[in-house]
Amino acid sequence: MKEIEKPEKGNKIIEEAAQAEYKYGFVTDIETDVIPKGLDEDVVRRISALKGEPEWLLEFRLKAYRHWLTLKAPTWGHVHVPEIDYQAISYYAAPRQAKKGGPEDIDPELKKTFDKLGIPLEEQLRLSGMAVDAVMDSVSVKTTYRDRLAELGVIFCSISEAVKDYPDLVRKYLGKVVPYTDNFYAALNSAVFSDGSFVYIPKGVRCPMELSTYFRINTAQTGQFERTLIVADDDAYVSYLEGCTAPMRDENQLHAAIVEIVVEDRAEVKYSTVQNWYPGDKDGKGGIYNLVTKRGLCRGDHSKLSWTQVETGSAITWKYPSCVLKGDHSIGEFYSVALTNNWQEADTGTKMIHLGKNSTSTIVSKGISAGHSQNSYRGMVKIAPKATGCRNFTQCDSLLLSDTSGAHTFPVIEVGNDTSVVEHEATTSKINEDQIFYCNQRGIPTEDAVGLIVNGYAKEVMAKLPMEFAVEAQKLLSVSLEGAVG
Amino acid sequence: MNALKQYIDLFDQNSSLIEEQSPALLNTLRRVAREHLQDAQLPRKGSEDYEATDLEAVFAHDYGVNVNRLPFEADPANTFHCDVPNMSTCMYYNSNDTFHSSATAERNIGQVVVEPFSMAAVDYPEVMSDHYGKLANLSDPTVALNTLLLQDGLFIYVPDGVVAERPIQLVNIFNAALDMMVQRRLLIIVGKNAAIKLLACDHTQSPDYHYLNNQVVEIVAMQGSTVDFYDMEESTPLTSRVSSIYVEQHEGSNVLIDGITLVNGFTRNNYHVEVNGEHAETQLLGMTIASGNQHVDSHTFISHNAPHCHSNEMFKYVLNDNAVGAFAGKILVKPNCPRVEAYQGNRNLCGAPTAKMYTKPQLEIYTDDVMCSHGSAVGQLDEEALFYMRTRGIGIDEARRLLMQAFVADVIDGVRLDALKDRLHYLVEKRFAGTLSNCAGCLQACRKS
Repeated sequence: MKEIEKPEKGNKIIEEAAQAEYKYGFVTDIETDVIPKGLDEDVVRRISALKGEPEWLLEFRLKAYRHWLTLKAPTWGHVHVPEIDYQAISYYAAPRQAKKGGPEDIDPELKKTFDKLGIPLEEQLRLSGMAVDAVMDSVSVKTTYRDRLAELGVIFCSISEAVKDYPDLVRKYLGKVVPYTDNFYAALNSAVFSDGSFVYIPKGVRCPMELSTYFRINTAQTGQFERTLIVADDDAYVSYLEGCTAPMRDENQLHAAIVEIVVEDRAEVKYSTVQNWYPGDKDGKGGIYNLVTKRGLCRGDHSKLSWTQVETGSAITWKYPSCVLKGDHSIGEFYSVALTNNWQEADTGTKMIHLGKNSTSTIVSKGISAGHSQNSYRGMVKIAPKATGCRNFTQCDSLLLSDTSGAHTFPVIEVGNDTSVVEHEATTSKINEDQIFYCNQRGIPTEDAVGLIVNGYAKEVMAKLPMEFAVEAQKLLSVSLEGAVG
Repeated sequence: MNALKQYIDLFDQNSSLIEEQSPALLNTLRRVAREHLQDAQLPRKGSEDYEATDLEAVFAHDYGVNVNRLPFEADPANTFHCDVPNMSTCMYYNSNDTFHSSATAERNIGQVVVEPFSMAAVDYPEVMSDHYGKLANLSDPTVALNTLLLQDGLFIYVPDGVVAERPIQLVNIFNAALDMMVQRRLLIIVGKNAAIKLLACDHTQSPDYHYLNNQVVEIVAMQGSTVDFYDMEESTPLTSRVSSIYVEQHEGSNVLIDGITLVNGFTRNNYHVEVNGEHAETQLLGMTIASGNQHVDSHTFISHNAPHCHSNEMFKYVLNDNAVGAFAGKILVKPNCPRVEAYQGNRNLCGAPTAKMYTKPQLEIYTDDVMCSHGSAVGQLDEEALFYMRTRGIGIDEARRLLMQAFVADVIDGVRLDALKDRLHYLVEKRFAGTLSNCAGCLQACRKS
């Protein structure tokens, strides 16, 4: 039998896609206050002072900074994070006219930037049903629909404002899910974190609209260290979305964020991310180092936390959105599509720590590697001895679109009792030539066939995304997919 | 504390004696091993690839080492049998750290060479020096320790084109009235288009003493060769074993390794396979039945360095009481190795609330045109199946035993020796029934009632 020949067109398409420009790579020319580069206790104090923070928060930052000094950057990931010179980064950059007068008065240049990114800050222009917190570099530019949310008692604002307006709430929950001692990047973030979102959904409230934060790195030689804290009180529900982009630059920029989520009795939080930081050019130059700690605590019984992520950007991704399932009958979910192209490296996955009885978790991870990229799934499912009757199902599939890319899976399973069931499945393969052939036969060109097959492959995860995001994510995937015929 | 230190000190004090008693070839590598051990530390629980296993604690016990090569008086062939019915093997004994051949060893004469290193170094100096220590990785402290203290090993050589008529059986026995650690070493060279079946079984005759078997096996499967290696452990709760099996496969070779643990104390099995030739086939099978405080940890690594290779792994654990099981397996497919098919499976039954299972199946793939998968599951017996049997008058204990036997059956069915397969089914049945005696093969029958 004659072997099916590799379609020649494939190579051409790969070239085209590799040359495809990153759509969000522009820079906004706006006056920015940047504090000098370097990191020491004075810088930590200065950031705290700039944000007018109370004493306890400064103490928290200093403790974290001192702890960070004792730590070394982790090297266990299947990524090559070069030695980062932490003294060559500026830890605070604020668009000077972020908020001139009242919260409604925004610098037109900034507004233009977010318009260009498809994040209009005018409430009437928004797709109905989504409130946005827009963060540029180290500060939150604007949060929309705050008043309407406030009527229901929902707090949605930047964390800096929350520290001022709701100090007790922030103090109660900050650092409780991800303590500053958690890891190297968490300690760094705890010391220098700038802005991020704070969400509090009171008891029994079902948040009527999607809440969303859009992160934008603009200034060169800075890092972004945002911090997000979401608390869903008893019987509450919220769906939260996160998007991010950055300009194209030859230098690598650091993004080390922390997301903490607390879910109380019978509450549900849905956290979706479409991560599209600048991935670097086709030779692997530039790009964001996305080194993020995300964790949720399902504290209450029957609570539910669902992570959905579409990872297409960043030169290096090191990210493990996790669930600590403390409440009995609590549910953790993780749906992920990670696509790497060119020289990108992604090491991402999740941890499901089952502490509560009859807690269940589902992990579906789809990796797609093209170009010279490396894509790893790293996960852990741990069932504590007292967490009886737990259930986990994990499926992680990898699709290889080039013979120079790599796909890896590193799952860890620990089961401490005899009434829990844990399953793990993983497969790695390339796109089935028969499937492409089938499509070709029916007049579908190879390029479209690959798009179809990969979209079908990722469908399970895409279906979990909120509608507005699903559209964006699908577009994102298809842009990267066009050329990925192997 | 560094548990290695006591052994390194012992070596430093007795190095000239050890070197005098060993073939020169062993001494060359011994020096390298000594350097590797200079600042080495045994892995503690929680370190990479040792999530559930504390080697430091295992080696910390004050074991005796037979530095002086004192002979043990009893002849194992007269006191111990590990016959597999209907399988006429060529039997060799390894009593603690000393090799004996038996009358049946003559059967393969003229075909297969089985002799201690001390003889092989004289008879086959080139083969020995070409292969000894070439696969084993000295940066693993247990391998370095084996190389450091090793005074003799067993050399098995199947020349090109020779197909061994009968399986070779190596019976490893611990029988000493003191706590003891031995270094066991096998070097197995299977020439082009040659074939061999090898059964190694570990037994402990004195259940009251602590023993540690630190074993290193190197297997080279040349072009077109077939190697079956069955590694069975039936020891005692006080016996510990750290085994590292290194395999190198050439074009078209077919290697099956089957590790079976029925009774033990502590076991760590490392399997490291380098598939260097096209169209090679690898099968790694493992079965563990553990209860009490048994601890079994298997670690596999298969590196596909050539295209068109197949590998298949299946490890099954049945854990009861306080038993701890661990499995970590990695499949690596290097760049430019298309058409590799690699499967890895790990299935575990936790039969008691205090039994623990750790599993870490991993894939590392650098070529796109491959089919690789792994699956891992931890669970319990199917309640419905139990119910079905009970409605048909089968007692709960019997039903559980039947299901557990069925669970491990496919690993046993992977055995390519019918007689051994039957024997294993029988042993597993007895093991689940709790009637497997560790001294079943002992002719003295002192503990049999």
